[in-house]
Amino acid sequence: MRKVVKKQVLLQGNEACVEGALMAGCRFYAGYPITPATEIMEIMAEKMPETGGVFIQMEDEIASLGAVIGASLAGMKSMTATSGPGFSLMQEHIGFAGMAEVPCVIVDVMRAGPSTGLPTQLSQGDVMQARWGTHGDHPIIVLAPSSVYEFFELTVQAFNLSERYRTPVILLVDEVVAHMREGVILPAKNSLEIEERPHPTVPPEWYIPYADPGTGVPPMPAFGDGYRYHVTGLYHDVRGYPTVRTDEVEPLIHRLFTKISKDFDRLQWFDAFETEDARVTVIAYGCVARAAHRAVRQAREKGLKVGLIKLKILWPFMRRTISGILANSQKVLVPELNVGQISREVKRVNESRCEVVTLNKVDGTPIKPAEILQKLGEIYS
Amino acid sequence: MRQTEHLVHKYLRSSKRFPHIWCAGCGIGIFMQALIRVIDQNEYSKDDIVLISGIGCSGRLPVYVDFNTLHTTHGRALTFATGIKLANPRLKVITVMGDGDAVAIGGNHFIHAARRNVEIASFVLNNSVYGMTGGQSSPTTPYGVITASAPYGNLEPDFDICRLAEAAGAVFVARATVYHTQLLDRLIDKALKKKGAAVVEVVSQCTTYAGHFLKLKSPVDMMKWQKNNSVTVEKAKQQSEAELEGKIVIGVLVDRERPSYHEQYQSLLAEKSKI
Repeated sequence: MRKVVKKQVLLQGNEACVEGALMAGCRFYAGYPITPATEIMEIMAEKMPETGGVFIQMEDEIASLGAVIGASLAGMKSMTATSGPGFSLMQEHIGFAGMAEVPCVIVDVMRAGPSTGLPTQLSQGDVMQARWGTHGDHPIIVLAPSSVYEFFELTVQAFNLSERYRTPVILLVDEVVAHMREGVILPAKNSLEIEERPHPTVPPEWYIPYADPGTGVPPMPAFGDGYRYHVTGLYHDVRGYPTVRTDEVEPLIHRLFTKISKDFDRLQWFDAFETEDARVTVIAYGCVARAAHRAVRQAREKGLKVGLIKLKILWPFMRRTISGILANSQKVLVPELNVGQISREVKRVNESRCEVVTLNKVDGTPIKPAEILQKLGEIYS
Repeated sequence: MRQTEHLVHKYLRSSKRFPHIWCAGCGIGIFMQALIRVIDQNEYSKDDIVLISGIGCSGRLPVYVDFNTLHTTHGRALTFATGIKLANPRLKVITVMGDGDAVAIGGNHFIHAARRNVEIASFVLNNSVYGMTGGQSSPTTPYGVITASAPYGNLEPDFDICRLAEAAGAVFVARATVYHTQLLDRLIDKALKKKGAAVVEVVSQCTTYAGHFLKLKSPVDMMKWQKNNSVTVEKAKQQSEAELEGKIVIGVLVDRERPSYHEQYQSLLAEKSKI
């Protein structure tokens, strides 16, 4: 028997993202250069031709996501990557992909904003834009890695969720996670579960493109497969044709939400650290969770009963998980690199059960462990 | 024997609720029928055709026909088309856009699709107005005319879509009107067979809004205007610029060869692909 030696490799976050995309089966990348996400595009430009996939540099971010959606309709797993200003431009097509139910993955390596902001510096300011950036009511899935390996792992999962639910999935990454290098051991190619979009099993003449098969996720053929159907961003009936009938509009928007909300129990992705007996629990994500982890360890050494919940999914917001924390803690601390975006959600589900304390920084620099430790000391009682 | 089934019935979607949304006398239906005629003559498989549109009156065209159809966002049809063609080069990719759609909000994509030379046949239905929103000025509205958004007269010069396509690098550029249906058929045929970015401007009429501000009362008046104001490319060569002022030059304007993006990408794949 051959012994398989797993090799540790030194990877940058953005490199790990590309590795995850390749393992998930991504074969189409369209993008536009923007700091601090550009490495993803540059590596894709090299890797896509090697894997028989397609790379194209488009004229802007609107065009990039348009091409990504087109390629996905033609049957390819597709992605793009950008930062705040480009993410703003993509909002139009994020809405289209949601409405037309076209799987795609969008990476937003956040920079401090608004507008051109601080192009190479750190922020978590796009949490609400990722949730509500495109117009109208819509569900969305947003994942947030906090290490190089997690960026790899969550990229694979982003494709899986996107295919499973036929929905755009956003990877919301901060500049530290995107640019830092860590040693990681990548899993073997066939060791990860890779999901594919559901395909129709009926002959084309029986195919009704947007009829609910019971799972909320209709089967999706590729253009050219012989299943000719219509795709539109307009409200549509089960055949995909535009409609304004209230008895067709309401069921569509209802299905778009429930195909994801029915699985909320499956979408509670977090790491818990020392939370069992914690009187104060820190809720954090991205690079801030790393600082929080150290601060909690140091506080424990001092005898403080504190814990940490690291969020891996930001949207849909993990109400069930957070409610449990709020019920068992006296106080929670939400440190964030924005003026308080996830803390708003924590307060929303808190319903005055415990005190929610915020720690915010918006100057483009990281929140240090010492700052979180100090805050924990101040609020601990 | 009386013809009871028209050719278009072979291509219209039987499951789609009709009537269509276009006004009586609109030119879009004439173009749609011409496109169907040419596709039928060439015996293209319905499964291999992807018909993509943007937003506006022209944007509603794909839903009526039985191909792989995609109604995208305003001005962005060419971006989706680019992704589809590169993901599956076997497919015949066609876009239908309006004048505002293609050269106002979609101007950037229009330029770069032509420059990149992806094999996409594009048809720009130019009726000189934003019809669906109620008759506002578009980039092809003539200077000086009164529109819903220019109550004191349009202060902007109009845009020559074909010259833009030519300058940006399209390998096939042509113009017809919906009056000249035989020419229109020939140009659609050439565009569908061109290996690269092909653009055909189809001068059409909006009888509801443009007819009003151009002082042409009926669809017949508007089509007579197309007939009387058109000059073939061959005749235009013998006329001065002053003589051609306000005229519609119809025919093949550009037909040249340049490697398409996807041909070049296929060579790159042949060289680099490790699978």
